Amino acid sequence: MSYWALSLTLIFVLIPLLLSKTLNLGLGRDMTVATIRSIIQLLAVGYVLKFVFDSESLVYIFLMVALMIVAATHNAQKKGAAIQGITWKIAVTLIFVEVLTQGILIGFNITPATAQYIIPISGMVIGNSMVLSILFLNRFTAEVEDHQDQTELILSLGGTPKQAIHRQLINSIKASMIPTIESQKTVGLVQLPGMMSGQIIAGADPIQAVQFQLLIMFLLLTTAAVTSVFLGYLSYPTLFNKRMQLLKG
Amino acid sequence: MSTQYKPAIHFQHVDYRIGDIEILNDITGSFPQGRITTLVGPSGAGKSTLLKLCNGLISPENGEIFVKDKAIGEYDPVELRRMVGMALQSAPMINGTVYENLNLPLELQGQQLSKEEALELLEDVGLKGDLLDRKVKELSGGQRQKVSIARTLVNKPEILLMDEITSSLDRASKLEVEELISKINRKYKTTIIWITHNLQQALEIGDYTWVMMDGQVVETGESSLLEDPQNGRVEEFVKGVVS
Repeated sequence: MSYWALSLTLIFVLIPLLLSKTLNLGLGRDMTVATIRSIIQLLAVGYVLKFVFDSESLVYIFLMVALMIVAATHNAQKKGAAIQGITWKIAVTLIFVEVLTQGILIGFNITPATAQYIIPISGMVIGNSMVLSILFLNRFTAEVEDHQDQTELILSLGGTPKQAIHRQLINSIKASMIPTIESQKTVGLVQLPGMMSGQIIAGADPIQAVQFQLLIMFLLLTTAAVTSVFLGYLSYPTLFNKRMQLLKG
Repeated sequence: MSTQYKPAIHFQHVDYRIGDIEILNDITGSFPQGRITTLVGPSGAGKSTLLKLCNGLISPENGEIFVKDKAIGEYDPVELRRMVGMALQSAPMINGTVYENLNLPLELQGQQLSKEEALELLEDVGLKGDLLDRKVKELSGGQRQKVSIARTLVNKPEILLMDEITSSLDRASKLEVEELISKINRKYKTTIIWITHNLQQALEIGDYTWVMMDGQVVETGESSLLEDPQNGRVEEFVKGVVS
């Protein structure tokens, strides 16, 4: 795409800005900031990626992935403030998911161990893991609060903390995985995934684009399951003390 | 409280607070073994908190609690909660059938309640056997409360804590539950600690009573104290409740 064509895409920013002004939506400033930020951030990332790809150094790949994990942890931890030590729990979860998925991809020779593959795939895995963490923590916090009587019932009958929180934990894991599973059911029918569309537009063979998209979708299914289960089992013990009492607020 | 009975539970200078709010202040006294003790007093007196301390769902800020002469902290929490059962006013249930709820205490131990045992429990609490497969959400308030008591009995507790279990029941159900508790106490020699707002109930069912106000125990003794309280505040409370 030429720079002229790229600048013409700003028409798609002008339309909502005009609508906002006409209807007094008050979103003009936010949309302008978002547009400027996205241009700067993406261009910066583009140049950084070019540098990392050219250098072919594992150290830069590692630094890029580490930066993604730090940013994703920072964003997700706000939703789990009620859970003690949530920051390191999210960080450990993201690292575990990243190591597991890259370990399988590289270990089984599914994708090569180069920056061109590791960085974009890590971005998708860590980004999805972050969203899953937020969905899980939102639901889990609400479940624990809403079903406190059930938790105390099971504790009062001589159940362990794990037994007392089991139903809330399972409900939260299931609820956080639903969007991933549902979007997989309709993929290709309702929407063409961004990565696949991008490849096709860039001139790739559609069948090859589909193959990569399938790889990513299966990868994200593992990401969803492992993130919610791992984070769930790391989080629930901090809701109780050594005397198996439910800690409140 | 001076009685000839051994204490099932003994409180010694127990304080409990939530943040800056003092819920219980310097509670000392005993609940006699094998007897029914009622806890009465206005709302917010700290009665429910005191029950949760007995069951180990919470721990005191200061002081000691002894269950059968052993400090509560020396018990394994699971062992303690199976020995000290608890039934609540809200009678919380897990989704499912009456049988699934009755089976819950054993399920938590990796065991299963036989159908015969479940039917026997229902009979014990005055419910018909055909309720066994009924969904708990279809039960009346009285039936729920009885299932909750039956479920607590599955662990064969030596001490039974009950928090206003009859307050939302109609008169007939209330009488049935009162009779049931007396029967459990007679049949199994279970120590009962029962929170009630109904002073008549405390007089008729309880052997002993604790009157609590503002986080403190203001008078204890045989239940008849409610007819002739020595403490002026208790007298006012009794008059207020009766009138």
